[in-house]
Amino acid sequence: MNLLSIREVSKIYANHKALDSVSIEIPESSVFGLLGPNGAGKTSLIRIINQITGPDGGSILFGGQTLNPSHISAIGYLPEERGLYKKMEVGEQAIYLARLKGLSRADALKKLRYWFEKFEMQSWWRKKVEELSKGMQQKVQFIVTILHEPRLLILDEPFTGFDPINANLIKDELLGLRQKGTTIILSTHRMESVEELCTHIALINKSKKILDGQVKDVRKQFRSNLFEIEYKGTSVGFANALWTGFELVETRTQDDHAFAIVKNLNNSSANDLLRQLLNDVEVISFRERIPTMNDIFIESVQNNKPLEA
Amino acid sequence: MNIILLIIQREYLTRVKKKSFIIMTILGPLLMGGLIAGFAYLSMNQGDSISMIRVVDETGVLAGKLTNSKTVIFTKDTMPIQTARHLFNPNTDYGILYLPANTLQKPDATVLYTEKQPNLTVVGYLESELSKNIENMKLTDAGIQKSTLDSIKTEISLQQKPVDPSGKDKSFSAGVTAGIGFGAGLLIYMFIFMYGIQVMRGVIEEKTSRIVEVIISSVKPFQLMMGKIIGIALVGLTQFLLWIILTMAISGTATSLIVGKDQSKLMEMQQKQMTQSSNIPKETMQPASMDFMKIFEGFNITKILLCFVFYFLGGYLLYSALFAAIGAAVDAETDTQQFMLPITIPLIFAYVVSTIVMTNPESELGYWFSIIPFTSPIVMMVRMPFDPPLIDIAISMVLLVAGFIFTTWIAAKIYRTGILMYGKKPTYKELFRWLFYK
Repeated sequence: MNLLSIREVSKIYANHKALDSVSIEIPESSVFGLLGPNGAGKTSLIRIINQITGPDGGSILFGGQTLNPSHISAIGYLPEERGLYKKMEVGEQAIYLARLKGLSRADALKKLRYWFEKFEMQSWWRKKVEELSKGMQQKVQFIVTILHEPRLLILDEPFTGFDPINANLIKDELLGLRQKGTTIILSTHRMESVEELCTHIALINKSKKILDGQVKDVRKQFRSNLFEIEYKGTSVGFANALWTGFELVETRTQDDHAFAIVKNLNNSSANDLLRQLLNDVEVISFRERIPTMNDIFIESVQNNKPLEA
Repeated sequence: MNIILLIIQREYLTRVKKKSFIIMTILGPLLMGGLIAGFAYLSMNQGDSISMIRVVDETGVLAGKLTNSKTVIFTKDTMPIQTARHLFNPNTDYGILYLPANTLQKPDATVLYTEKQPNLTVVGYLESELSKNIENMKLTDAGIQKSTLDSIKTEISLQQKPVDPSGKDKSFSAGVTAGIGFGAGLLIYMFIFMYGIQVMRGVIEEKTSRIVEVIISSVKPFQLMMGKIIGIALVGLTQFLLWIILTMAISGTATSLIVGKDQSKLMEMQQKQMTQSSNIPKETMQPASMDFMKIFEGFNITKILLCFVFYFLGGYLLYSALFAAIGAAVDAETDTQQFMLPITIPLIFAYVVSTIVMTNPESELGYWFSIIPFTSPIVMMVRMPFDPPLIDIAISMVLLVAGFIFTTWIAAKIYRTGILMYGKKPTYKELFRWLFYK
């Protein structure tokens, strides 16, 4: 079931269209990567989901209902441009922000105690925010975002400002939350975290969605049909071994080893290729080159051809 | 708990707990109280030091009639004025009072020689002593009894009353009335500026610390803006209240500490001086203080107080929404100048107009500026003690409420868009466009 259905949402500012009839389905308990170059319209879409601004066209369903203010407490949002009241004490501020999301004071206190203990932050409670380092502030902010146990968590570049250890801590928490059923929208430019965490993605470019679907399907779609082969033998022998259906893209020799990249022209399988080669060369390693999310991102944005998985 | 109450609570508590708030709250009354106490202290000090006056009397009759006071003591010198000036000892003597032979005919010829610039109280006492005694001597010369003269003397303090068809006997005094109205107007003017700017700073703080997007994902921008405005209004009311209480307490205790036991003596002395110097019997002094009480009975204190609170809050709400919009439109306080101008101009205008209205409360100018919402909180307060027609007050109040709703509506639109805009300072054209964003 889809937790969030974004249907032909448009947003127009005075001099440009920020979103052009964007439709995205976000399944329950998914980690959904919202990708796109700077200025593509991601933040506009996120703000519409958070009801900070309204769409100029289209509609959004949250759990089957039209999005309305009662959903605010079911959403947790960590904006990219984030901060805290610098002069306020950490604990007091965390309670305040939690209460704005509808928690009672006692509830907020109980939950904060749990998280502050878990992240070993108890000693920060009475400190002013400006006394904390940037990473510490980010941690406080992360806790405040997830404290009210939202059904939908929207994180915009959540890992900036964290060292690798803390970034992993946050990643683990996110995976844990997902397991408990939380749906997570992750907007980031760090493609390695998309590969690590996301089950689904949507790519927005120039106000339009140009790609979406499950990560494994997207990758399949972007298969380059290239095989990297390391072998012993001569390149002439290798070339001779290839029959129709395969094309030698690149070859290079190093000592007694040689490398080749072969493109699959029609839908032959990897086994077909191996079978052809085995008679003439000794295969040392063989693998299909699978595009990284980084490659997919760059290729899609540069070509910007609307594709659907 | 209601979200907006939560915001009000935070805005109020963080400000009231601030060191600067506590310091200002204590410092304000200390300055005011200190000023009041200082006056008391100075006036006491003048009374304390004793001034020795050597009198060189060429008339031969006057010196003996001069009476010493608590602070001025006369000693008669028989030497000529040249010698007296020569022998003057600044350590013991305050000055030399020279009364030439023709003093009775030409009193202006008398001279007081002193080393330093003479004290006004001393000079005043000497002058009253001399004129009183010379007057008495002239009376005797003319064969008039002093008691006859006293009965002839007539003092008039004109009673001022409005023409009131209901026949009620009210009275007013133009000076005090104008003063009260103007003071109230000035207080509103100060309040709007001080706390309006606090609202603006608060918005800029939220914007630059980038917490604003976190918050408006939980609450509506309008709630955040109103919470801030109301919270700060309460801070302002708290501060004024504390100032009034503390000023009264501090000036009260300070005055009594400094003046202490001498107070009763001081008053007694002052009274004696006054009776002595002016020769006015005690009874004629009463009406002055009676007049003062009557003035207050004259106008409806409750009405003025209620109107004050109304215009105080109405004016603040009207302007603080605009201040909030400015804070939202810019990234830093240094960028606010351009947008502050349209807000400050009507306020300063209101202030200038109220100085004119104070002397002429029924003028056309006063009428229009006390009706227009942007100036009415200040100008109407200045008119208030002069009993403006009820219909004027009603129109002005309705328009103020409408004006406040209007500015808040505009401000909320600008605020909503502005708080999420960073970078370039917007132009007026862009601000106007923001009004129509969804």
